[in-house]
Amino acid sequence: MSAVLFFIAAIGAIAGAIGVVMLRNSFYSVLSLVCHLVSLAALFLLLRAEFVAAAQVIVYAGAVMVLYVFVVAYVGGGEEIPTRSGLRLLGPLLALALAVELCVALLGTALKGISGKGAPYLPGFGTPEHIGKLFLTKYLFPFEVASLLLLVAAIGAIVLARRRRGLEPDEELEARYHPPLPSWVGSMAEAGGLTHFEETPGRQEPPPSPESPARPETEPIGSQS
Amino acid sequence: MAIGWYLVVSALIFSIGAAGVLVRRSPLVILLCLELMLNAANLALVAFSRMWGGEDGQVFALIVMVIAACEVTVGLGLIVAMHRRQLPIDVDDLRELQG
Repeated sequence: MSAVLFFIAAIGAIAGAIGVVMLRNSFYSVLSLVCHLVSLAALFLLLRAEFVAAAQVIVYAGAVMVLYVFVVAYVGGGEEIPTRSGLRLLGPLLALALAVELCVALLGTALKGISGKGAPYLPGFGTPEHIGKLFLTKYLFPFEVASLLLLVAAIGAIVLARRRRGLEPDEELEARYHPPLPSWVGSMAEAGGLTHFEETPGRQEPPPSPESPARPETEPIGSQS
Repeated sequence: MAIGWYLVVSALIFSIGAAGVLVRRSPLVILLCLELMLNAANLALVAFSRMWGGEDGQVFALIVMVIAACEVTVGLGLIVAMHRRQLPIDVDDLRELQG
């Protein structure tokens, strides 16, 4: 049963990885990576790493991939034009050599435990309780450094991606805060309430409300709102 | 399943990610392929943790996930800044970084 699950998850993970590299549209690449990550979480569960699997699904497939989808939608990563140089063949050849080398190293290793099924399973292995205890006792310093690194990365992303003044004209903001005014605003004719209705013939004067009596034309009225 | 199978899967995923970094030209997809390589390292760490019966490998897998999240944040910020300056989103066209 575990062998069947392993092969399903492994084929899913490798197919997702190949899909990330081969698909031309970057949006489909992101979706393929989500498939890869979920399959990898299944592999983690088979290795009895429950907390890592849950963190993988929640943090990676949930949060980080949403960030990717937003950026792909913002940048509009369309179809990629294939490279015209000869490096296009060299890359896969190097990767194939790397894969062969890693597999040779794995098969020729002197590690005895690699062909076994691992250490005997103790109840409680890989639970959040044990991981948390390790994080707060033995690995406290890496934990704190990781939190500091997250803070630095968040500040760096804000500094990198913020809207800089002078880089681009803020026409939208200008238009929102200083709307273009009609030519009669601020003139004495407006103060008298006389001329602006002739200047803008399309504009209809609102009927005087019954509470406020109609003012005589010579009396100055406030600014037209 | 023997632990060696997990390591073989990890090696294959790492090689596919390396191929993607070498072949693709969009920085978005290169970041995705970096994620693939980090995930392959994670799988190897968790497999070794199962092999030894200690949780230290899982702790380091979680820290690698934190590093990957930081890398994604800064990388996507760079891509958004490139898009704002209307630079081409293509690593072959951005030759000024070559020095």
